[in-house]
Amino acid sequence: MILKLPVSLKKIKPGYIFVLPAVIMLALFYIYPFLKVLQLGFYEWDGISTKTVFVGLSQFQDIIFSDRVWWQSMWHAAYITILALVFQNGLALLLAMLVDRGLKYGNIYRVIFFLPPVLSGIVVGLIWNWIFNGNYGLLNHWLSNIGLGNLSRSWLSDPKTALTCVAIIHMWKGFGWAFLILLAGLQNIPRTLYEAARIDGASAWDVFRKVTVPLMIPVFVLVMVLTVLGTMQIYDIIVSTTNGGPGYHTEVPVSRIIARMLYSSQFGYACAMSLVFGVVLVILSVAQMKISQRLKQT
Amino acid sequence: MISGCSGKPAQVMSSNEIVVWHWLSDRSDAFDALARKYKIETGINIRFELYTPISVYTAKVRASAQANKLPDIYGVPSLERKDFASLIDAGHVTDITPLMEENNAAWKNSFFKGGLIMNTFPEGNQYGVKPGTYGVPIDINNIQLIYNLSLLKKAGWTAPQPPSTWPEFLALGDMLKKAGIPGMVSGWGEPWMIHCFADNMAWNIMGKDKVLATIKGEVPYTDPDWVKVFALFKEMKDHGLLSEGIVTMVNKEAEQTFANERAAIAFNGSWGVNVYDSMNPGLKYAVAMPPKVNPSRPMYIWVGTTSFIVNDRSPLKQDAVKFLQWLTDRNQQTVLATEMSNIPSAKACVDVLEGPIMDFVAGMENVVHPRLLPVEEFPLVTEVFDKGIQSIIIGEATPETVARSVQDMKEREIKRAERFKAIKANK
Repeated sequence: MILKLPVSLKKIKPGYIFVLPAVIMLALFYIYPFLKVLQLGFYEWDGISTKTVFVGLSQFQDIIFSDRVWWQSMWHAAYITILALVFQNGLALLLAMLVDRGLKYGNIYRVIFFLPPVLSGIVVGLIWNWIFNGNYGLLNHWLSNIGLGNLSRSWLSDPKTALTCVAIIHMWKGFGWAFLILLAGLQNIPRTLYEAARIDGASAWDVFRKVTVPLMIPVFVLVMVLTVLGTMQIYDIIVSTTNGGPGYHTEVPVSRIIARMLYSSQFGYACAMSLVFGVVLVILSVAQMKISQRLKQT
Repeated sequence: MISGCSGKPAQVMSSNEIVVWHWLSDRSDAFDALARKYKIETGINIRFELYTPISVYTAKVRASAQANKLPDIYGVPSLERKDFASLIDAGHVTDITPLMEENNAAWKNSFFKGGLIMNTFPEGNQYGVKPGTYGVPIDINNIQLIYNLSLLKKAGWTAPQPPSTWPEFLALGDMLKKAGIPGMVSGWGEPWMIHCFADNMAWNIMGKDKVLATIKGEVPYTDPDWVKVFALFKEMKDHGLLSEGIVTMVNKEAEQTFANERAAIAFNGSWGVNVYDSMNPGLKYAVAMPPKVNPSRPMYIWVGTTSFIVNDRSPLKQDAVKFLQWLTDRNQQTVLATEMSNIPSAKACVDVLEGPIMDFVAGMENVVHPRLLPVEEFPLVTEVFDKGIQSIIIGEATPETVARSVQDMKEREIKRAERFKAIKANK
């Protein structure tokens, strides 16, 4: 007997059936949690109790207009991001260009530069903790050895240096990613373009400005978006180095969300914070896309 | 209802054995050995499941509570009273008061008072929880000052005992500073340990009633006594009593530093005895209560417990309670105490302890912990309080400005609580 499918099922394109598992997974693990977080942002809930109270927009109002520490933490993440965009990516581009131009032992550099990103953020933090330690840290030891002992300090506990030190650790860890992506982008540029430019008498600077940069814009945008999203969400290094201190000097948005969620039992408020943070990240990403589109046009 | 606690029947982890969740990696082998012993004695399987680190464990307990997936017995590290109340309210905790009171309260009386109070909700508690005992302390700890005797001698401290008054303590700081010896280390990068020291001092300076009145909102944090508490940290810094980097130091680092004789003083818990013994068995140290600021009041020390809770939704809850009774019996407590050098929760087996841990036991009469009070401070106020002390230590805030900012947060949280209360009342 031949089993006849209902007409309505026959009409369904097989493609939809193939994507169904992926849609289910996406709905279950992305869309549902997102909607739940969205919903909880409007409720006061301690994360355990069966009782929740609808409080409307009041938590968002608190976050946006009254939570000074939240915006301070946002600025800290932005500061680290700016440093990463400029120094981490700048150095990554420079080294990627050197390797792309056939630097001796280029393959060894690739491996070396890619080592920090594969290490756990906690491990990286602990290693640098030891370097920056005020009592027996390597940095202070080196400074003393070269006669700059007066600069010695407890780098991660000094409010003047703590955030910058965290940024340095983050850049050291993240630099390898940027290096690899930029190198891949550089290696995709046809060599003939460089040769043609040189035959036309272009200087190295002209080649960089007129050939490399325009063709690398999509890669730059990718690296920038990844840097912004990755750095704004920095957390593991903070936990293993300063734990947000001294005072609030190295608090970042994720540490604030976790503090509210786990240590203050304000689960609903933490969800509202996550949503505000998400909106900020979306705005930043869209702005970067727009800028890159404009750059492409020019 | 949007929480995961949907009111459906409980789904506990196991039906044929008692499952116990904990985070105590140092006690894992001892627990397993005791589980085997229990199996031989009663025929009941006990499965201890270890989850570390503590932050992961805490998150797991929370998530499991939301999903009704808690095991038969689970530990509760550093649980705020509010969260404890929520667990009780959500039906995840068995009220063991009747069992504690059986046989003229024999089980209850076997414990150190501090350990039991941590698991008890008193009459008139702010969370509306039925008064009673909801957890069983397995062991107990307290936090005191630990002095490296060699470094003290090197600094010129000739008195036979460590400082017992605040002026003596500051004088020791001056000596250490002069000798170039780093002062105190502690995990003050984990703010609860700062809070612990501040609480000791606050109870000594102003007494329990005034601390309680402050939490109730009747006394402001700008009161001179509170400013005095904050000022102690500035004095410690000025007199060289605090090691470099203490404000971001985690306790593990502090323990290593002290064990390696790179700091003269540690503010650490009784668990530190194990750590120091394993890192530097030759370390010579003395344990002492924090120095008194107000000589007319006793000095209090912070107490903590490791407690186990029986899941009220467990079909094996009767067996689970019986197992905890067995675990806190003298024989088992002796095993745990001797193998781990921890202070047992049962008073009867303290005599098996020896060495520095006994100095910690001596302090058990005067213990302090926020949970010992019927009301609890808003977590955000505590956060501003602790972070404020960090700011004083690094020299960017004064005791007065910190007192003001703590009070501001207190007023803000009171208003916030009232606003939510009004919203709840309108529903």
